[in-house]
Amino acid sequence: MTLASSTDPRQLSLPTPSGGAGGPAVPDRASSWPRLVRRVVRRLAGAAVVLWGAATVAFLAQVALPGDRATVIFNIRAGQPIERTPEELAAINAQYGLADPVVVQYWRYLTGLLRGDLGSSYQQFRPVTDVIGEQVGSTLTLTLAAIALAWVIMVAWVTLTAGRGPRVSALGAAVDTTVAGLPHYWLGIVLLLVFALRLGLVPVISGTSPLGLLLPALTLAIPLAGFMGQATRTEFETALQQPFVVTARLRGQSDLGVRLRHVLRHSALPAVTLSGWALGATISGAVVVESVFSRAGIGRVLVTAVNSQDLPIVTGVVVLIAALYVVANLVVDAVHVILDPRATTS
Amino acid sequence: MSPTVPAPATSAAAGRAAASSPDTSGPEIAGPDTAAGRSVAPSTVLDREAGENSGGTVAGGPGTPSPGGPRRRFLSPRTTPPAGRRRPTRWGVVAASAAALFFAVALVWPAALSPRDPLALDLTAALQAPGLAHWFGTDEAGRDLFARVVWGTRDSLAIGFGATLVSMTTALVLGSLAALAPRWLAAAVDRLIEVLLAFPTLLLALLLVAVIGPSAVSSMIAVGIGTAPGYARMIRGQVLSVRRSGYVEAAVALGHPRRSVLARHVVPNAVRPLVAVVALSIGQSIVWASSLSFLGLGVAPPSSEWGALLEAGRTYVTHGWWLTVIPGLVIAALALTTTTLGKALQDSLERGER
Repeated sequence: MTLASSTDPRQLSLPTPSGGAGGPAVPDRASSWPRLVRRVVRRLAGAAVVLWGAATVAFLAQVALPGDRATVIFNIRAGQPIERTPEELAAINAQYGLADPVVVQYWRYLTGLLRGDLGSSYQQFRPVTDVIGEQVGSTLTLTLAAIALAWVIMVAWVTLTAGRGPRVSALGAAVDTTVAGLPHYWLGIVLLLVFALRLGLVPVISGTSPLGLLLPALTLAIPLAGFMGQATRTEFETALQQPFVVTARLRGQSDLGVRLRHVLRHSALPAVTLSGWALGATISGAVVVESVFSRAGIGRVLVTAVNSQDLPIVTGVVVLIAALYVVANLVVDAVHVILDPRATTS
Repeated sequence: MSPTVPAPATSAAAGRAAASSPDTSGPEIAGPDTAAGRSVAPSTVLDREAGENSGGTVAGGPGTPSPGGPRRRFLSPRTTPPAGRRRPTRWGVVAASAAALFFAVALVWPAALSPRDPLALDLTAALQAPGLAHWFGTDEAGRDLFARVVWGTRDSLAIGFGATLVSMTTALVLGSLAALAPRWLAAAVDRLIEVLLAFPTLLLALLLVAVIGPSAVSSMIAVGIGTAPGYARMIRGQVLSVRRSGYVEAAVALGHPRRSVLARHVVPNAVRPLVAVVALSIGQSIVWASSLSFLGLGVAPPSSEWGALLEAGRTYVTHGWWLTVIPGLVIAALALTTTTLGKALQDSLERGER
């Protein structure tokens, strides 16, 4: 495995900040800056290694396509499997550089990635970045709308049901679990049937309108809300029994006020952590949801490409999403530090 | 799904990987050193858990991938279980057991539940709504949907079991290497797991399908590999926590050879909590595999696999809602069944340890 040669970035990055910022001697409370810098550098280095690994996995997938790649590409283009003449194959080999050693191809792929070049599609005769670029906005809108909606639903549901006596709490938890397990395709179809076909409230085919975004976003948001709810509820109920809650109530704050202003802040951390993970999961879901609602997006592009084995597009999408995911987790880390200052000192 | 990824698995479902994936892969994903992930649980939880778990040597079930980290119990229904009192009857578990029985019969002896031929055409009875004659209605060619669902159990579960087998094998190899191998290898494998975790489950599965082409076997492999990284992380944490536990240290101190300590203490104690995870994983794998079929990239429609049924029914969504809603409901029911039973199993394992 190529990864075996990778150096642990922790060892790489450790000396830099401590050497740069006042020696390694006093890492205590007075100077938490070196620590913070070290932490950030370490995190960034880790993210870079993960990205490089993801790109490598994607490259290996392209190489692993069974059979002679030039023939496969030719057949994908022509749509029929026939024996090709060497002249025909030579043209393809020249275009994609398939005759070069794998290491050379790998190098070209990596340097291309750094320049933002993902290669060109086997089928559409266009650069992959163009194909993805046209569609990524729609998917990102859907994903972010879904995560925001999931937060709203989750906060409302948990605030209403957590710590309200055994029955209501049990009901709340049961709904969390049930909803978290609903497959997206099924939920999407049910919402489509009820709101679009029966009630006619929203368009059947989700266009670009905000109303058309509602059902797809809801489809992604409901299971996610269930997931985050499971994580938040436990923390919420623990936080409700803390002394500061009693204090706030004694000061005369309303129950709802305490829940929203104090308890929520203490119990939202797991859900914040989950949001980074959720971005990946939601994009996975978006692949399915775009198919259900006939909505444009990289999910549709991906499914078409997988079907025709158009690997440059498949790997392009996958690497892009892995990158998004890594970045989202960095952001989540930062938010974590803001919400919970204790995290910086650990 | 959602996992897919919800999954989370399922899926999210993450993605939803198993329903337990948010508390395994979620915080863990945050980075190699999950300092932030650790501090998620406020100190109060730490105290509570410490009190609860003081004697527990195997630090928690699959929900706790981290050695020494606070045990976080998203899965437990109450925050503070009343000590000493008998647990009330858990109707969820009863219902799940009944459903599991149904699926088991459908798997072993489908004819007992539906004597009809799932492929018998009857054009005079096409697209009939659910009723007494056809419990789940009929499709566009007059095939009985109930029969198809029952007979499709075998296909669906076969993929679920197969994917779980692939997933657990991969995860065990990667997870144990990351925990027990020499340092350089362990670090490399750990990185590899982290890289694979950056791919959402469904996307990793789709990448594999793109390479090996769609079929029942390939969706089994694709879903298995797609869900493996999360479990690998979990197993790594499990093995590490067992290896650093008091009784293993004691065994080493007593002079038992490394090999026998591994075989007699580390492996059994690290693997036992996985029983519950396997149950979760089967349900989630079926959800993922049916997602692939639904996208037209898994099992092809003549089969009665549930995802394939759904995909076939999509064409008739305006004429026969039952063709999509019912197979989807069955998949969701199966996922919920395995999740509920898995959690119950996990709870009883944890209680048994104390």
